[in-house]
Amino acid sequence: MSIVEGASATLIAGPEPEPTTVVLARKPLSRGRLIWNRLAHTPRFWIGAVAMALIVIWAVFGPLLYPVDAFSRDPLNMGMGPTQLHWFGTNNIGQDIYAQTLIGLQKSLVIGLIAGPLGTLIAAVVGSVAGYVGGLVDGVLVWLINLLLVLPSFILLVILSPLFEDLSWVFLTVFLAGFSWMIMAQVVRSQTRSLRNRDFVKAARFMGVPMPTILARHIIPNVASLLIIDATLGVVAMIMAETSLSYFGFGIRAPDVSLGTLLSEGTAAAVTRPWLFVFPAGVLIATLFAVSLIGDALRDAVDPTSGVNRD
Amino acid sequence: MTDLVTDLSAAGRAPRRSPLLRVRNLSVTFPQRSGPPVNAVRGISYDVHEGEFLGIVGESGSGKSVSSLALMGLLPSSAQISGSIDFDGHKLLDMNDRQLSGLRGRDISMIFQDPLSALTPVYTVGDQIAEALLLHDAALTKQAARSRAVELLKVVGIPAPERRAKAFPHEFSGGMRQRAMIAMSIANDPKLIVADEPTTALDVTIQAQILEVLEKAKELTGAAVVLITHDLGVVAGHADRIAVMYAGKLVENGSTADVFSEPHMPYSIGLLRSVPNMQTAGTQRLVPLEGRPPSLTALPPGCPFAARCPIAVDVCREVEPLLASHGTFVSGMTVPVAVVGEEDTTSAHLSACHRSTEIASGALTRADIFPRPEPLDVQHPARPEDRTPVLTVTNLKRHFPLTNGGLFSRRIGTVRAVDGVSFSIQPGQTLGLVGESGCGKSTTILEILEMTAPQAGQILIDGTDIARASRAERLRLRKDVQIVFQDPMAAIDPRLPIGEVIGEPLTVHGVGRADRRARVQELLDLVGLDPQMADRYPHEFSGGQRQRIGIARALATNPRLVVLDEPVSALDVSIQAGVINLLEDLKEQLGLSYLFVAHDLAIVRQIADTVAVMYLGRIVEYGPVAEVFAHPRHPYTQALISAAPIPDPEIERSRTRVLLEGDLPSPTEEITGCNFRTRCPLYRLLDPAAQSLCATIDPPLVAHDGVDAACHHVDRNQIIDSALAFTP
Repeated sequence: MSIVEGASATLIAGPEPEPTTVVLARKPLSRGRLIWNRLAHTPRFWIGAVAMALIVIWAVFGPLLYPVDAFSRDPLNMGMGPTQLHWFGTNNIGQDIYAQTLIGLQKSLVIGLIAGPLGTLIAAVVGSVAGYVGGLVDGVLVWLINLLLVLPSFILLVILSPLFEDLSWVFLTVFLAGFSWMIMAQVVRSQTRSLRNRDFVKAARFMGVPMPTILARHIIPNVASLLIIDATLGVVAMIMAETSLSYFGFGIRAPDVSLGTLLSEGTAAAVTRPWLFVFPAGVLIATLFAVSLIGDALRDAVDPTSGVNRD
Repeated sequence: MTDLVTDLSAAGRAPRRSPLLRVRNLSVTFPQRSGPPVNAVRGISYDVHEGEFLGIVGESGSGKSVSSLALMGLLPSSAQISGSIDFDGHKLLDMNDRQLSGLRGRDISMIFQDPLSALTPVYTVGDQIAEALLLHDAALTKQAARSRAVELLKVVGIPAPERRAKAFPHEFSGGMRQRAMIAMSIANDPKLIVADEPTTALDVTIQAQILEVLEKAKELTGAAVVLITHDLGVVAGHADRIAVMYAGKLVENGSTADVFSEPHMPYSIGLLRSVPNMQTAGTQRLVPLEGRPPSLTALPPGCPFAARCPIAVDVCREVEPLLASHGTFVSGMTVPVAVVGEEDTTSAHLSACHRSTEIASGALTRADIFPRPEPLDVQHPARPEDRTPVLTVTNLKRHFPLTNGGLFSRRIGTVRAVDGVSFSIQPGQTLGLVGESGCGKSTTILEILEMTAPQAGQILIDGTDIARASRAERLRLRKDVQIVFQDPMAAIDPRLPIGEVIGEPLTVHGVGRADRRARVQELLDLVGLDPQMADRYPHEFSGGQRQRIGIARALATNPRLVVLDEPVSALDVSIQAGVINLLEDLKEQLGLSYLFVAHDLAIVRQIADTVAVMYLGRIVEYGPVAEVFAHPRHPYTQALISAAPIPDPEIERSRTRVLLEGDLPSPTEEITGCNFRTRCPLYRLLDPAAQSLCATIDPPLVAHDGVDAACHHVDRNQIIDSALAFTP
């Protein structure tokens, strides 16, 4: 203690040290840039993105590089296992499974990638408007949500399925999206109702920021992590819904192929001729897994307070 | 067991009686899955004697609550605790949870900050108190426990205790719940009561009541009390000793008088100088304590306060000072310094600072360490000298229908949130709007800021009636009126970089991107933040910095009026002074007007020119600050001023309090005549004829020598003081 006293005695008149200020010589970062920076440091994102990119490239260009047509029959190689000529084998009428899987993958991907985000978009708009505006608008929208929730979508699809024969897969896509947004809209609505009374939303209102801007700038970004998860899982769910509908014969019809129709044809032979089932199923699982990884990484990047970023 | 304990403590007994609670070198560390552990408490030692009142003061994150939870054995199992805690012969840290349970609630009891979460919502209050009794006394019958519970509720001042014992916690107001908690804590006649911020969630008038009840409980049971708080005013009037905590360490420990009048540690000095004192507020500027406490995960070597300390020397950054006695002078000679070890810590005035000796000897005066900043000497901007008030509110009303919430909801009453409020703010002036929570302050400012036609009355902004304003006019008016919210965490969108947050009001008025950016830089500089920080996200900032961001946003459009909704009440004490000073400077520099809503009277006195006191949707007193605070006309104002604690033990102990009875009545209640008479201290002293006047006629706001007051008996309010003088 005496040492300390001595030291302080000599330093009484010592000059006050300059406070060390950290000068931040950093370039301004836009929000998008920041999210991208975070994403780039997430290995999950890269695994998912690379896998997804490969799958998409494969689905688009694969058929062009493969000499065998998806629908022509090879009478010499009916029900054959994978060979040099038919990479994934053939079915019992001699059609090439590799070519069919690629065509099916294309269709499933397109339907999933459109219907998933479309459902989320409807959910975000309906949910946030209902929650923010309230009153009569809210009442009507909630009534609509509840009505659609009560209607059994699968049975409706089954009943309406004869129509699909005339209309294209686009109708199926819209239909799938139209029946997938209600739960999320409820979630967005309740989140919006609580966000509405948060001070920063009030502040924006008091500044005179118009309603659509408040929704787009403050409400939607604050439920963005939910929406992104929903959109990504929506892709997964839509691909699954499409495949299961097609599996039961109500979705995509012949001569169109999707992963669902392929699986449905392949299940019967899953034990005896596994290539009919295993390859389409493997492609389906790989696709779903890649999309899920991307969604997960995106959530962490968009929302600095969620998941791995939480301190 | 008892004999053994007595023997042991008798054997180890010093000439003085041994302390009831003896904490030595207590450390608490929370390991983290990722990153270094959090050293929440880093070796603290203190004693509490029987019947002593110890106040532990510290800012959030200083470890004050963690140390008391360690005492109760209530820390999560992941916490690593070392050191020793001796309580009445028991080694608390060596006991298992079962043994501790026998002690908790019987010998040591705890009062928590949030009385709502501390009471179980599904049992009646009476049953919960009875449970506390039955747990520790198997011989007690249920009947006896219940009647004792009623008795206890009566002791803590709950009206109609028989009926109230059968009520559920949600039927109690915050103050009543805290009373029930105190009743529960004294149920088993404890030796030690630990109260963790017991009044922080309560209004100032209720806080005064609760502190009185706590004092009474202490007298009744003879228990020692450890009161943990961030509010120096709260401890000033009640505590015998004060321990100041900073960054997990005790930095000063001494008798209340010593710590308040002669603090030895720069942190305590800064803290004491930064708190606005109601007696002196408004006459001088506050002394800010800059910076923020260090992170407890990565403490720098040396004194944790060194980075904020204006007198830090090299040794402060290298060696952490020990808590030691510095200041006892015997005929000019320094008494050899004793480092606290096994000795009794009771009588000494201890501090942890390398330069305490200089401070104690007077070589370094407190005013030198934290000099009072000079007021800004600025030329007032050349605003046109029009005397149109920036804001005029006339007879504003806002009633909410109260429905029974069924399928076919039926109106069963009216909440008179704002019930005829009038005031006006001149350019460059500050109006303080004061009142307890639920008095309608927030509704009033929301009505102004929503800019929709009020239910009744008139709101003029810059002389324009907002009910008649066109859309474009309203947008222009919005430019002139901005708001700063109470909670800086909630007021800023966490998902936007602060540059965009601050620039947002400008987007509404069509300011281009480049101009916006330049303005944001300018604003950041104006509120004392680094303009380089514009691209950072809100979570990277501390509470005080975020409040500055909120202020910068409010100033973006060059408003004429800024509504400040409790702008500092969510901030730590040491940060408050800096923000208040900033607000005062900005007002001077930019010629702003403020509508300052607050419950802290000292801060209102510091910053406001005019004050309006609200009670149940009405203004009961309205006039110049100095006059209202010096000679309150209305009994409610008198009670409010008297309830506000003053961080000065001498004043605090010598002054008499006008205590209000009970809680704020629900605004749905229909009270005939004067709506304050149910709690009015003056009403109770009046003769029946005068009382009947209060009960029948609603007093209007009438001018009394420049101050408007809504009371029939302004001329007779001295009788409250004379009545207090007679009560012991």
